Order: sequence, then C-alpha cells, then structure tokens
Amino acid sequence: MRIAIQLALRNLLGAGLRTWLNAIVLSFSFVAIIWMQGLMVGWDYQAKRDMQEWEIGKGQYWHALYDPYDALSLENSHAVLPNQLQLMADKHSAVPILITPATMYPNGRMLHVHLRGIPSDQTLLNIPTQVLDTVLTDALPIVIGSSMARSAGLKKGSRTMIQWRDSKGTFDAVEAEVVDLFVSNVPSIDAGQVWMELTKLQALTGLPHHATIVSLQDTEQLPNTLGDFVLKQQSDLTKEIDEMIQTKSAGQSVFYIVLLLLAMLAIFDTQILSIFRRQKEIGTYIALGYTRQQVVGLFTIEGAMYAVLAAFVALLYGIPFFIWQSKVGFTIPMETSDFGMAIAPVMYPVYSVGLIVSTTLIVFVTTTIVSYLPARRIAKMNPTDALRGKIQ
Amino acid sequence: MNNDIIINIQQLVKRFPIGKGEFTALKGITTSFRKGEFAGLIGPSGSGKTTLLNIIGSLDMPSEGEVTVLDVSVGSLTAKQAALLRKEKLGFIFQSYNLLQVHTVFENVEFPLLLLHYNASERKKMVMEALDWVGLTDKAQSKPSQLSGGECQRVAIARAMVKKPVLVLADEPTANLDATNSHTILRTMEKLNKELQTTFIFATHDEKVISYLHRKVFLDDGYIVKDEWVKND
Ligand SMILES: Nc1ncnc2c1ncn2[C@@H]1O[C@H](COP(=O)(O)OP(=O)(O)OP(=O)(O)O)[C@@H](O)[C@H]1O
Ligand SMILES: [Mg+2]
Repeated sequence: MRIAIQLALRNLLGAGLRTWLNAIVLSFSFVAIIWMQGLMVGWDYQAKRDMQEWEIGKGQYWHALYDPYDALSLENSHAVLPNQLQLMADKHSAVPILITPATMYPNGRMLHVHLRGIPSDQTLLNIPTQVLDTVLTDALPIVIGSSMARSAGLKKGSRTMIQWRDSKGTFDAVEAEVVDLFVSNVPSIDAGQVWMELTKLQALTGLPHHATIVSLQDTEQLPNTLGDFVLKQQSDLTKEIDEMIQTKSAGQSVFYIVLLLLAMLAIFDTQILSIFRRQKEIGTYIALGYTRQQVVGLFTIEGAMYAVLAAFVALLYGIPFFIWQSKVGFTIPMETSDFGMAIAPVMYPVYSVGLIVSTTLIVFVTTTIVSYLPARRIAKMNPTDALRGKIQ
Repeated sequence: MNNDIIINIQQLVKRFPIGKGEFTALKGITTSFRKGEFAGLIGPSGSGKTTLLNIIGSLDMPSEGEVTVLDVSVGSLTAKQAALLRKEKLGFIFQSYNLLQVHTVFENVEFPLLLLHYNASERKKMVMEALDWVGLTDKAQSKPSQLSGGECQRVAIARAMVKKPVLVLADEPTANLDATNSHTILRTMEKLNKELQTTFIFATHDEKVISYLHRKVFLDDGYIVKDEWVKND
C-alpha cells in the first residue's frame, strides 16, 4: 500500500498539467461545497441568535390559548401574570408581552396590526423600549421596525391613528407617534407589529397585569406550566429555522451533486484515457511482478489522490477565501422579507471542523469510487496483450 | 547435471482463440534450459518466439503440455503465484524498453526493489551498482525521454538485473538499436551472464544477437527445427 501510494504520487506528479487541471476542478467543488454549507450553518446560527436577542430570549411562556398563526386567538390568549413571573419581570429576567389586535390608519390607509405592550425598562431584548417612556402630551409613543415603517409609509416622528377594542368589546382610538425605528432581521417582531409600553396597553385594553407571552432570560428550573402559561424552550421556538435550513440545504445538494459530477467526470475521463494509453505500462507492472489486482489498486489510488491534491489546492485559495467571507459576509441577492423568518441580508458563514472533515471525506470517497470503476477493466486485461499495447 | 535444469518444457502447445476458431502458435515444444545459459530463440516473424518467452515468463499459460520454471509448473500457477515468481526470480527486457516515462532512471531501476521491500539505503546501493554495470551512473536523475535508445535499453537491462534474478528474458532487445549500441548492450549482458551466472534467453532474429549466443534454438511455425550449441571460446 505504501509503495502503491508512493508510485501513484510519482505517476500523478509526472503527468503534470493534466493532474493539476483535475485537481483544480475538484478543488472548486471542495471550496464551493464547504462555502455553501458554511453559509447554511452561519445562516442557521445567525437566525437563531437574532431570534434569541430580539424575540424569545432563552425561551418563552405562552398563554395556553396563544397561537401565533391565528389572529383570532389573541382575544382570549392572555391572563394575569402569575406571581413568580411577575417577580422575574421585576428583576428583568422575564419580559411579559401583551398582544392585542388593532387597526392603524397611516396616511389614510387601513392596516391590521398587533399592538405589543412591553415593559419599557426591559433589557433582555434588543427592541429599543426605553424610548417608549418619552413624554408626549397629545400622542402615544410607539416603536416600529423598519420594514413595518416602509410598508406603512411611516417615519420617525410620524403620527397615525390606532384603533382597538377593549376587553368589553368597545372600540377606542388614540393618536400615536413613532418615537423610534429599529432594524431587525426577525420579521415576526417587525412586520405588522406596533410596540408600546406594557402598562399603557394594559390600561387601554382594560387588562391590568395581563400578558400573552413572556420572554425569559433563562428557562432552567422553571415549571412546564405556570398558571395559564406553558413553557416553550428555545429549541422548540427555533425549530422552524432548522426545518427551513434543512429544506434549503436539500435544494442546494442538487448543486453539490452537479459540482461533484463535473469534477468526477473529469477524473473518470482521465482514468479511462490512462487505462488505454498506459497499456504497455500496465503490462510492464505485471511483468515486473505486480498482479493485475495490484495494478487496479495502483490506478485507484492514483485517482483517489486527486482528492488529496485537490484538498491541497483548495487549501491554498480556500482558506483565505473562507476567512475573508466569514469576516465580510455574503450579501444575499434577494429580498429577505421573502423568507417568513429571521434572515439577515448579509450572512456570515461559519466553518466547522466537522463540516470540512465530512466534505473532504465525501469528496475522497466519491473520487475513489469513480477511479475504481474504470480501473476494474485492468483486471480483465491479458498481460501479454497489454505489453504489446494492442487492446482496443 | 539434471539438477542444473531451471526450465523444462514438455510437449508445449499454445493456441490462441481467433474469432470463432483457434490459431496454434506453438505446436509441441519440448526442450530445457540450464542455469547460466546464454541462449536464443531464433526464427522468422510469427514463428512463436515471443509466445514461448511469455509462457516461460509466466505472463501467459500453456494450452497443453508442461512447463516447469524454477521448480514450479507455470500451467498451475495462480495469478498471484505467477506474479511472485516474476517479482522474485525473473527479469524482463523488451524490444521497446518499456520504461516508466514519468519516473527517473534511478526510479525505474529501483522499481523491482520497491516491490521486494528493500529499504531505502539498500535500494540506493543496489540501483547504483546496477547502473554501474550498464555505465549509466551519471544519468540516474534523467528521465527516459532525455536518453537515447541505447541508453534506454541499458536502463531496462539494469532494471531487469538489479535484483539479480535467476533468469532474464529478453524479447528482441536490439530491434530498435543501431549496431554500436547493440554490441554495447550485448557485451553488457554477456558480462553479467558470466559474472552473476544469470541465465539469459533471447527471442531474436538479429544477426548481431545471434553471434553472441552460446545456444541457438531455431523455431519455425511453432516447432523447434534446430537446437545448436556453440562451443565456448
Ligand atoms: N494473443 C494472440 N492472439 C492471437 N494470435 C496470436 C496472439 N499472440 C500471438 N499470436 C500469433 O501467434 C504467432 C506467433 O506469434 P509470436 O508473437 O510468438 O511470434 P514471434 O516469433 O515473436 O514474431 P516476431 O518476430 O514478429 O515478434 C503469430 O502468428 C501471431 O499472430
Ligand atoms: Mg515477437
């Protein structure tokens, strides 16, 4: 085996340009696969981090009836905060949020929105809630996200009418002023969401001490249910991200397969060509004491070694490229709001050792198989015919 | 005297399938070779020289008859056993040299030693010794493409001889060489035959080669038609 590797390397390096062309083609597949996989991992990681920082913390309590996909459920999915959660909220380790359906009339249009009450002194989430304390004599201070601002045509300082129904079903309305805008990659806190001070919303709706959901700094040692509230772990809440990334990855694997196929085609072709062009050499190996099986082994190792050379070539430009990419990030060439969830316009790929090792392994195994298949023909060759180079 | 015999051939028949029929290249060969012989298979093109040499070299199998080389019956060898026989005991020299083009002269000669698992320092010593026999020590790092035909064939001789095999089979070794080069390599082989007691069997119709032989086995149409010893000195 060691001799075969030594010989294979000599043969490959001796073949010069063709070897390096194959190695370079294969290295493209290497780098592209690792890069795209890294992007997926980075996306997943970033989306989860954004969700944690902007929306869910380390987990949430949901009112048992709360269903984010059913706007009608909001009418009933709130309750007085249990004592334990109130205490945690006072210590800033929990952020109660009350959600109420409302209608907004920006620039004469009518928009269905959710009013979200949040304590202005919370520090768990990135939403700029401190400004909700701004004192305005004739308007309610609200904060909205940039994509909401765009779709509603609102700017910082804009005013708009907001209408809602209180707990008794009576319509009420107030003039609100956008005191700040925030930019976040988490659409569920931005699109259609209007943030205001919790106690003000509780007062407006006649639901003192009520909350719909509670974001938590930590979920350890918390019971699964607390009063009307049910605990949701972070992993449950981010499951959709995993699912989406998986679907995306599956879509991308078609691309990997095409990339690999191209490289494999080059290697397959080289192998077929070698076997025909190098008949005399094959005969010589046999005359010198190799068995045909050993020659098959030698040719297979030669082919498999393309993966090794490709890995080296990939290192040369791949490492600087990956480092640059993970610093600068990759700007996604599409509208990010098309994805119904946290996605940054710039993604920072994350390259793990596992990713690099598994990719290398996959490329190595496929290359070996592709090299072996044509090399099997050698085992059927007649040594004396091979020596004369007469096989057609 | 009999225990000196290293090749024994009895009623050897070799048939090749051709289309639906068969072609009989060797039609009943019986002969033997002793250790240290410098013998040649001589005959016109198509007479079966290469075929016989290939069977002796265990590269091909007899269709009928018995061929014993160094106490093993070629007809009953597995591919693996045949490879072992070639690796340990036989050396081949070809008309077209068959050097490994991408390897240096040194690496070409080193190849049989790699297969025999000699260590690096032994290999180096043996390769340089073999290159010395053929007068090519200064070309060790050259590639075959940089050598003349005569030099290539000398490398091939060094490669065949480096492991000091019992038997060297040379198929038309001078066919691509001019007279001067032919005489050089023939003298080299003659010298190695004397010094190392290596048995040489040639297949040839080249008069220059024939003039060096100590024994001439004439083949025609798959038969031995004459077997002639030349008195030494
Ligand atoms: N693999 C094969 N299949 C069919 N016929 C073959 C095969 N090998 C050799 N022959 C035939 O057997 C006969 C003897 O061939 P061989 O190569 O032994 O001749 P040779 O004496 O070495 O001739 P040359 O001097 O031209 O090399 C030829 O007629 C050749 O066509
Ligand atoms: Mg011949």
